[in-house]
Amino acid sequence: MTLFLIVTLNGLTLAALYFLAASGFSLIFGLMRTVNMAHGALLLLGGYVGYSIVDVTGSWGLGVLGGGLAAALAGALVQAGVLGWMQGDELRQTLASIAISIIMADLMLWYWGGLTYQVALPEALAGGQRLPILGVGYANIRLALMAFALATGLALWFLIQRTRFGAVIRAGVDDQDMLRALGYPIGRIFVLVFALGGMLAGMAGVVAASALSIAPGTDLQFLLSSLVVVIVGGMGSIGGAALGALLVGLAEQYGLAYAPTYGVVFTFAIMVLVLAVRPQGLLGKAEQ
Amino acid sequence: MRPAVVLLPLLALPLLLNDFWLTQVATRALILGVMALSLSFLATYLGVVSFAQATMAGVAGYTMAYFGPNTVGLGVPLPFWVTIPIALALATVSGALVGLIARRSRGIYAIMITLAIGVAFFYFTRQNYTFFNGWTGFSGVRAPEIAGISLRDPLPLYLLSLATAGLALALVSGFVRSPLGLTIQAVRDAPGRVLALGISVTTPIVAAFAFSGFLAGAGGILNVWYQERISSFSVGLGPIIDILIISVIGGLRHPAGAFVGAVVFVLLDTFAVDLIDRERFNTLIGCVLLLIVVVAPGGLHQLGADWIARLRSPDAKSKSSVRANS
Repeated sequence: MTLFLIVTLNGLTLAALYFLAASGFSLIFGLMRTVNMAHGALLLLGGYVGYSIVDVTGSWGLGVLGGGLAAALAGALVQAGVLGWMQGDELRQTLASIAISIIMADLMLWYWGGLTYQVALPEALAGGQRLPILGVGYANIRLALMAFALATGLALWFLIQRTRFGAVIRAGVDDQDMLRALGYPIGRIFVLVFALGGMLAGMAGVVAASALSIAPGTDLQFLLSSLVVVIVGGMGSIGGAALGALLVGLAEQYGLAYAPTYGVVFTFAIMVLVLAVRPQGLLGKAEQ
Repeated sequence: MRPAVVLLPLLALPLLLNDFWLTQVATRALILGVMALSLSFLATYLGVVSFAQATMAGVAGYTMAYFGPNTVGLGVPLPFWVTIPIALALATVSGALVGLIARRSRGIYAIMITLAIGVAFFYFTRQNYTFFNGWTGFSGVRAPEIAGISLRDPLPLYLLSLATAGLALALVSGFVRSPLGLTIQAVRDAPGRVLALGISVTTPIVAAFAFSGFLAGAGGILNVWYQERISSFSVGLGPIIDILIISVIGGLRHPAGAFVGAVVFVLLDTFAVDLIDRERFNTLIGCVLLLIVVVAPGGLHQLGADWIARLRSPDAKSKSSVRANS
């Protein structure tokens, strides 16, 4: 029973991380139909920058913020500098973002080396505590991570459903041409949303570097999990990203605990099953 | 007449090149070209960019390793003339399976799904020890010997790769003219109309993927003989991206582009040391890919074709500004 609870909590932790990574990916895709293959690289960049900031200043909060901002800036540059020029040509954008992710990953390897980094935790988040009711001990940082993902999800929901900027984004998702015709600077909105997606990825990177660790390859791991999460949950839907992250995170941890050899196949089986039944994802809209 | 113009110099190539150039550059480019051809075929005629071609090639490579001589003591050694058909058949089946999973997806959706399949296979080979021998994979995979001549020797392997590449190209150009090949192109252009004519869309898509699996499998067999080993890294993201880069550099709108891209890729890979630090090869190839995508989305093949067309009729306008995804 204790094993089951721990595995469930681990699954929720992973789901929280996957959600943080996938929500930005899904947001960008939902508005611009851009599959940002550099999303994992943005996440890793955020993680590295966050680590360096915490290393110098000693403040974890500053690290999360700095990592998020660095990735937001990089994301805005990617959109304004390259992808924005080929808007509407999705395949070309995908290929260009792959090229960018290859270059970014290689430059980061050059600068930060092939080491594994773990961000030093602040006093309040280090250690663990015994959970009431469940009666199992669990690390504080992982509990904080779940709370962080929950808060981010709520904030995103509020931003998209309740603010004017969110209304513009939703209008853009539904009918880009109309939004452009109404005089909204769609190019600038795209850059902003890309920055927002990058921000989410960068913060996820710092949090991942705190709760787990980051190294070259982490970018791919999160790019792939984001892909599977949005395929399962439905592209462009924040709720779908949450549902997909939960399914994939839990499946991965249960698989790891109870069928270690075939853990990865579980995730894959979920994806194939969803594709067979609902190709647009559980909460996604139909493709055309 | 045209194939002869290309084929004759290629047949004469061994007379001009030493073993290093023949094996490390020419043969390697041909093998990578065959694997990339499987992607270019899908992209050109079905309009789908697949990231699972390294997986299909890997299935053939692993089959050759499992049923052939290797130094890890795993598998059932069979004579090569039995193993090769098995490897090609399994690669074809794996292609069909990928097609079956991705059949309802197009464009970027197909990219995401095939990428997920490719990487799932990569992790699977890492964790499975009964068939794939996990992380380490197979080493000491030997190419067969015929009449005392090892097919791994520079000249035989080059000629074999050349023959495979030529056959593969001929097979593609024949296949796309067959009724099934034409249906595949109809599905690319207007799936709705194909359905309206009462033809199932699933069969042509699965058939196209199966055929691309066959091509990738042929490349995979040559590759495992060339490398003499296969492991999870042979089906990982590195080879997946390499195949994509080769096809994109060459051009995704013509099957022959795969070989143009392969030559450029291998030359860059071999001589990057002279240009920049060996460690930064990925930055270089990433920049080349970005440059091609931004400047010449039709790839080098298209660029060359435009150039030749302009030489013939100086007034003709370049057509390279046509949208990349038809």
